[in-house]
Amino acid sequence: MIHKYKQRDLNIVLDVCSGAVHVVDDVAYDLLDVTEPKSPNCPDGVIDALKDRYSKEEIRTAYEELHELYKEGQLFCEDDYMAFTGKLQEAPIKALCLHVAHDCNLRCQYCFASTGDFGGGRKLMDFETGKKAIDFVIARSGNRRNLEVDFFGGEPLMNFDVVKQIVEYARGLEKQYNKNFRFTVTTNGMLLDDDIMDYINKEMSNVVLSIDGRKDVNDSLRRTLDGSSCYDHIVPKFKELVARRGGKDYYVRGTFTKKNLDFASDVLHLNDLGFNEISVEPAVLEDKYTFALTEEDLPVIFKEYEKLADELVERQKQGKGFNFFHFMIDLEQGPCAIKRLRGCGCGNEYVAITPDGDIYPCHQFVGNEQWKMGSVHTGEFNNDMKQTFAKATVVHKKDCQNCWARFYCSGGCNANSANFEGDILKSHKLSCEMEKKRVECAIYIKAKLA
Amino acid sequence: MKHIKTLKTANLKNSAAKGGCGECQASCQSACKTSCTVANQKCENASR
Repeated sequence: MIHKYKQRDLNIVLDVCSGAVHVVDDVAYDLLDVTEPKSPNCPDGVIDALKDRYSKEEIRTAYEELHELYKEGQLFCEDDYMAFTGKLQEAPIKALCLHVAHDCNLRCQYCFASTGDFGGGRKLMDFETGKKAIDFVIARSGNRRNLEVDFFGGEPLMNFDVVKQIVEYARGLEKQYNKNFRFTVTTNGMLLDDDIMDYINKEMSNVVLSIDGRKDVNDSLRRTLDGSSCYDHIVPKFKELVARRGGKDYYVRGTFTKKNLDFASDVLHLNDLGFNEISVEPAVLEDKYTFALTEEDLPVIFKEYEKLADELVERQKQGKGFNFFHFMIDLEQGPCAIKRLRGCGCGNEYVAITPDGDIYPCHQFVGNEQWKMGSVHTGEFNNDMKQTFAKATVVHKKDCQNCWARFYCSGGCNANSANFEGDILKSHKLSCEMEKKRVECAIYIKAKLA
Repeated sequence: MKHIKTLKTANLKNSAAKGGCGECQASCQSACKTSCTVANQKCENASR
């Protein structure tokens, strides 16, 4: 299977199962509409189909080059990944989304967590629950050495003393169990001060700083309790934190909605503020929200991604490049095929734990009782549900089996599938279309800068 | 080649045999939290 597309002046061809990426001229591009070049000689019918547009010599030489790629397994490579499905299951749990605060000091209008409490009342995690969460992941992590804990909310800085206690507790167990904890925190920045910044920069391998972009865009949906500007409060703090971070990983991360379909301007604004690690992604919302993205927005969103890709190329050429999370792609040393088959890992390698110690497949499922997997307090854990998620892979999802992007997105977000399609094995079309466009743009950028 | 420039030659299939160590970051822990992208994650398998 191949996928081919044109973007600006480039003709790009992806070979889905080998992962090979080719930039081709017009004759080779058009040839792929009329033939799969599996035989050594160009069939007469193929020449006839294209002879009005190209010379016979051009058609023949392009065909021969395509056939060469086919022989080398870089074009129309066979899909025999079923042989690896045994590696997809029985994965240990290695990552926690730790909901240390089901409370928040902002009232973001698009919040999937019901403005912080996930519909279950405003609560903070106590240290005892945090300890049990750490014990849980160590016990379930098998031979995985790298374990991840993301402090999440609500707003995790509202419970920062417990965050520090949990970090200290986990660090104290690393040697005994031969584990390496990687802590991250996702924060809106409202409570950042010097001490917290120093602590985050010392202990957290990554920090995700929430901001949507331009001031009016950010403040329109990310609202403070007293109506003051959130943007004015957080931008200086985020700049300070990043300046003091010493090159460690971070992201400024925003969300776009129907209210800012010109979101490329928000990404570029964040870059203009001095941030070079940026993620701005679509809010996935029910139709009841007036600013929910819908399929009719897709043409505008696609154009915006293209515009952003062009600008990223331009800034890169000027030595002022930045990373946009969804355009990052490593064509040579990216994730292995097994990870790409396995997907996001939610409910299988990755779970969320609430302030009460309840376990859910991921943060997006929290609060929906039907998806509760267990509790770190009672020791209950639903292994059948873990197996269900282990099988939610591109091999098992019907819509993914014939999709060219399956080894890039790895099946998409299971929570979106559950929430919008009613089944984790179905695909959420709106998310799929945006993801496919992002992958096309990511590869286009690589081609432009090659 | 005159008609084709190949950007990536590494075959994804070769990564399957030695892959699956699981030491890499869970994709949702990096920055997304709502939209899955796996292909931009770093491989941390030293023996690949």
